[in-house]
Amino acid sequence: MTRTPGADVLATATAMRWEFGGNLHEQLVEAIYADAARIAERAVTRPDQKPRFDLDRTIDRVVTSRILGFPIMLLALSVVLWLTVIGSNIPSDLIFALLVDTIYPFLKQIAAEVGLAPWIGGILIDGVYLATAWVVSVMLPPMAIFFPLFTLLEDFGYLPRVAFNLDRAFKKAGAHGKQSLSMAMGFGCNAAGVMSTRIIDSPRERLIAIITNNFALCNGRWPTQIVIAIIFVGALVPGYLAGAAVALAVMGTAVLGVLLTLLVSWALSRSVLKGEVSTFSLELPPYRPPRILQTLYTSVIDRTLHVLWRALIFAAPAGAVIWLISNVTFGGTSVAEYMINFLDPFGLLLGLNGVILVAYIVAIPANEIVIPTILMLTVLVSGLTGVGEGAGVMFQLNSEAATGAILRAGGWTLLTAISMMIFVLIHNPCSTTIFTTYKVTGSKRWTTVTALLPLFMGFLITFFVAQIWRLVIG
Amino acid sequence: MNTKTNTSSGCEACPVHLPGNLLKRGVDMENWDFVVALAGNPNTGKSTVFNALTGLRQHTGNWPGKTVARAEGGFEYGGKRYKLVDLPGTYSLLSTSEDEEIARDFLLFGRPDVTVVVVDASGLERNLNLALQVMEITDRVVICLNLMDEARRHGLKVDDRRLARDLGVLAIPTSARYGEGLDELVGAIEEVATGKVVCKPYRIEYLSGALKTAVTQLAAEVEARFPGLPNSRWVALRLLDGDARMRKVVQSGELGELARQVDIQMDIVGEPA
Repeated sequence: MTRTPGADVLATATAMRWEFGGNLHEQLVEAIYADAARIAERAVTRPDQKPRFDLDRTIDRVVTSRILGFPIMLLALSVVLWLTVIGSNIPSDLIFALLVDTIYPFLKQIAAEVGLAPWIGGILIDGVYLATAWVVSVMLPPMAIFFPLFTLLEDFGYLPRVAFNLDRAFKKAGAHGKQSLSMAMGFGCNAAGVMSTRIIDSPRERLIAIITNNFALCNGRWPTQIVIAIIFVGALVPGYLAGAAVALAVMGTAVLGVLLTLLVSWALSRSVLKGEVSTFSLELPPYRPPRILQTLYTSVIDRTLHVLWRALIFAAPAGAVIWLISNVTFGGTSVAEYMINFLDPFGLLLGLNGVILVAYIVAIPANEIVIPTILMLTVLVSGLTGVGEGAGVMFQLNSEAATGAILRAGGWTLLTAISMMIFVLIHNPCSTTIFTTYKVTGSKRWTTVTALLPLFMGFLITFFVAQIWRLVIG
Repeated sequence: MNTKTNTSSGCEACPVHLPGNLLKRGVDMENWDFVVALAGNPNTGKSTVFNALTGLRQHTGNWPGKTVARAEGGFEYGGKRYKLVDLPGTYSLLSTSEDEEIARDFLLFGRPDVTVVVVDASGLERNLNLALQVMEITDRVVICLNLMDEARRHGLKVDDRRLARDLGVLAIPTSARYGEGLDELVGAIEEVATGKVVCKPYRIEYLSGALKTAVTQLAAEVEARFPGLPNSRWVALRLLDGDARMRKVVQSGELGELARQVDIQMDIVGEPA
């Protein structure tokens, strides 16, 4: 037998381990703690007077209390959403007026004057330009308001309290309490959320956290939810209630996501991923006064522009694809119409329609562009030719009314909007998240489960919602 | 007793007080002269220190477990280039969770020239647990006594000089969020990296009777097998504790590679004058 370099050292160590047995680790930890305590004691002097009123502890007692904890969480989220909805109207209108009402006809005019071939103009102006203009005007204002507010809450130290409140629920669902942290990360970005499940030691609980992370609404989907809610839910109630109604609808979707996270975790931990629940201690960091300017800067640069840029990168080629499938025809019918007609019956079963399903296929790379894709497809396919002819009548309305008008012309109802909001919450994760899941789990099988389980659930839930809706409301 | 703790009001003749030649290099880490690791408990402001030194804007959150993987950036100071590695925040280096393993493996195998342990001045005791463990692995440690503003807010007085004396390494009080003390921190990093300051880190006195004899004996064996290893006592302790990863690198002899590389590195840096 050849001996490896360190074999004799290991043999000695193993022999010694018999002698000292199991309490070495405790002895070690105790000694470290004792030394740390002694050194810290010498270096720190506390003031003689009794500890003054401790603001942090007092706030914590309130925001993590069993009775007030959840209502405060819901209230904080509603206020953030309400401010987003109220605040994004005016900038949204301005950007829309500039990009679509002014620059778009101008570009068309230039194209006509220089005699650009119609199909090139179509791809570039009706396709690429219009798609990106829509992404900017529809998505930018809600993002630019929502992200800084959310980041301020995070910097202040509120998110760990949310995790603390949810910890009990996660334990009951058979999952790791730290999953509340990875879920909170998922509210920013699911790929980051999946990555952050590394803080969970047990592979079983980590898998549960990865599979369910997609139920946390991400950066890409918050604005989509907000926009759909503004157009449909906001239009249903009197003007002065619109903001509150929209905030409630979006918050309802987010809460539904949390409930689904718990439900699916519970189901997984009682079926394919059975096992013991580990315990851990969650540290509540001190509250820190948020640094407002810095937060504004990082949330505008890191989040808003990052998400917007990603959306634009995917929107430009998607715009070209949309224009092509809407304009390449066989026997007088465009490719898009073939696809939409083919998927329409299936879509209607789910309370959706063919346009939405085609949009999801085109928008697989990035959830952010689903709404603009739907708008483009509806405009180009449903015979609303105002767009193709320059500044049509409907673009003299403000952007949300215009968007609403387009969608209603495309046959949208309140059920479509609700099904859409549910489907935005529950469908396959974006490609980045799927890739991250593969990197973290290293398993094709679990990556497939993570990708397909929510899609399947989305189909199932929207199907039942649509059937019940039609039975009850008609 | 000398109670003057605020070094930032110190004299201008001090070499630490020649700020202004810090050059933030962002992600440019070409041709670095020194590698600096940034360790610390979660939520002590490691990422804030990282951003302040590199000029990068890695997102910081008031949020334990924010940095999950390693983040790297660069800066230049006193004509030398430094690569700064932000490790995940951990409470100890003794257990087996993935974030602790990333941090420990980097300290052990990444062989940083300087390890900055960012500690929360308002919770010193808990934070020193990690600092003491880091000091078992590497001698070249600078304590960044961060969140001094918060400690003041809680009415605590932290004597950084006494701490530095007790720990045997440099301890720099900072409030990274407000940019306080960062010049001094960079100065300290330079002094340790270039060998101007030699650390004599405090070693934990956790051993009693028979155990002490055993660790000393095993450490001697480790040293004999892998000459030049800077932390044979720590390796011995980990082996006694049954650390699977440590057993593997001892078994395969990888630990020997480590020892040789450290030797070469010591030659390049040169002995402190």
